[in-house]
Amino acid sequence: MRKMRHIFWLTLILTNMVTAAELNIEITQGVDNPIPIAVVPFSWEGTSALSEDVAAVVSADLQQVGEFRALPPGNMLSMPDEAAEVFFRDWRILAQDYLLVGKITHSPGSQLVQVQYEFFDVAREQKLIGEVLTGSVDQLRDIAHEISNVVFEQVTGIRGAFSTEILYVSAQFISPELTYFRIEKSDYDGRRSQVLVESQEPLMSPAWSPDGRQIAYLSFETNLPRIYIQEIATGERRQITDFPGINSSPVWSPDGTKLAMVLSKDGSPDVYVMDLMTNQLTRLTDHPRAETEPSWTADSRSVLFTSDRTGQPQIYQVGITGGFPERLTFDCFYCSKGRFLPDGKNLVHVRRDTRQDNSYSIAIFNIETQRVITLTDTSLDESPSVAPNGSMIMFATKVNGRGILDAVSIDGRVKFRLPSAQGDVREPSWSPFLN
Amino acid sequence: MGTHSMKFFRTTILALSIMGVAACSSTGDEEMAAPVEADTSGIDATTAAAQRAEAERLAREREAQQRMEAAALNTTVFYFDFDVSEFMASDRDVLAIHGRNLAANSSRRIRLEGHADERGTREYNLALGERRANSIRDYLVVNGASLSQIETVSYGEERPANTGQSESSYRLNRRVEIK
Repeated sequence: MRKMRHIFWLTLILTNMVTAAELNIEITQGVDNPIPIAVVPFSWEGTSALSEDVAAVVSADLQQVGEFRALPPGNMLSMPDEAAEVFFRDWRILAQDYLLVGKITHSPGSQLVQVQYEFFDVAREQKLIGEVLTGSVDQLRDIAHEISNVVFEQVTGIRGAFSTEILYVSAQFISPELTYFRIEKSDYDGRRSQVLVESQEPLMSPAWSPDGRQIAYLSFETNLPRIYIQEIATGERRQITDFPGINSSPVWSPDGTKLAMVLSKDGSPDVYVMDLMTNQLTRLTDHPRAETEPSWTADSRSVLFTSDRTGQPQIYQVGITGGFPERLTFDCFYCSKGRFLPDGKNLVHVRRDTRQDNSYSIAIFNIETQRVITLTDTSLDESPSVAPNGSMIMFATKVNGRGILDAVSIDGRVKFRLPSAQGDVREPSWSPFLN
Repeated sequence: MGTHSMKFFRTTILALSIMGVAACSSTGDEEMAAPVEADTSGIDATTAAAQRAEAERLAREREAQQRMEAAALNTTVFYFDFDVSEFMASDRDVLAIHGRNLAANSSRRIRLEGHADERGTREYNLALGERRANSIRDYLVVNGASLSQIETVSYGEERPANTGQSESSYRLNRRVEIK
């Protein structure tokens, strides 16, 4: 009973909070030859209008990742909603490679709806896949993202990340004495944002648990930087650390058993790992300079970190059982915040090439070929976070003095932007696969 | 060193004796009698005037010193060069005064808040802000403050003093504040 009341109270707080910063997606750069796809508006047997246009959500999803160009419905010669009505000739004339059709019907004997979709290869005149997804009317957006996942995987062979979410920090400046800091969560495209934490003291470094149910973050609410873990669904939270000095940069190990973090309790910032079952701390680095920004390798066996032990920040890797750290980057004035793509070879990082160039970009360094690709052309880029399918990187930058979230594909060809309607947004953290 | 403190001792007595004369012309204290007599004997008025001038000069100096110390204690924000965590050499004297003030007031507690400009990554800047605060903390301790009087915290780039994107804004943000 007491627990129930506690949860109810938290829910009340959450819903009473100032609305989350609304993010509006803008595609800033697509590929030169996107794949043409026709997504026909789904038919609906009901009389009242639906809150979501499923075909429009799928079209937007596919165009946002840049690989596709959706045919405007006004240009379509026919509007089939199932295989029997499809004339491939209509779509070949319009030079479409793929076709998606679907219908939404009442689920018999319930208030749910059924969304049936079918996906075709136009050139081969072949149905590639078809399914029926059932849910409530207010889950239509989730259903649309799921259809996008399937279509994307059918065409590219890569699992779609359209059902994923992002965490980010927003800062709303009211006066020199008052800024509202918030940790917010939204769909990957910035939609359906909600506030998870709000404070008048800085909030930093939101991170997902690998099961997507909890977040870890840094809060200055006690006037000291301390690490907290919070249940997303209930809002219940607990303080994890209270060591002297910096307590920062919490990152879950991919296996969910440990939390890497930075503590300066022994004189200078060093990387530690906390076992979440026993709360036991293991020190991974021991150096009088700064060691920070830990990130895990996929096997949960090693941690990347940034250290300025040679004078300027560079990226290193160390095993969690100890040993001498291996330096990974050499050819930059400032290389930091390293994290591997899922292949474990390509290192995403923040790079400033020389002292003179004065620009911080998102870059990928291949540790085998030693090749560096710089992906961005803004100058204050930071906090790169990789989509769970490894296809895109979201990061924070400044445009016209405003903190915004940007995303770029790992080949640099596709870019989209999530500017906030109010205040600065920063420190995006892309969720793991949630479905 | 010895002569310096001797001189200080002597001039203190002199200053007290002058004030004593001005107040009530009574010289009940035998130890003070000698210089007072020397002053009022009229044997060498030039010497007396010179001594008075010297006393006034020293009083002014002491006042200036006190003013300077008050100004130093009112100086609570210290700026840093880009990517540098050592405080500027020009702040050394002011920080020494803070250190001695803490030493003289053992119950006083302060908080050193370190900050960085927005360039570079946030978590690295958190480390940079702490290092700046520690550089000042260590110098205060060298000057007599106790570690237990000082709390340090780094805000990294999260609490800019100025939100502009130019070097003139950035230099205001690379700072340590004594609170």
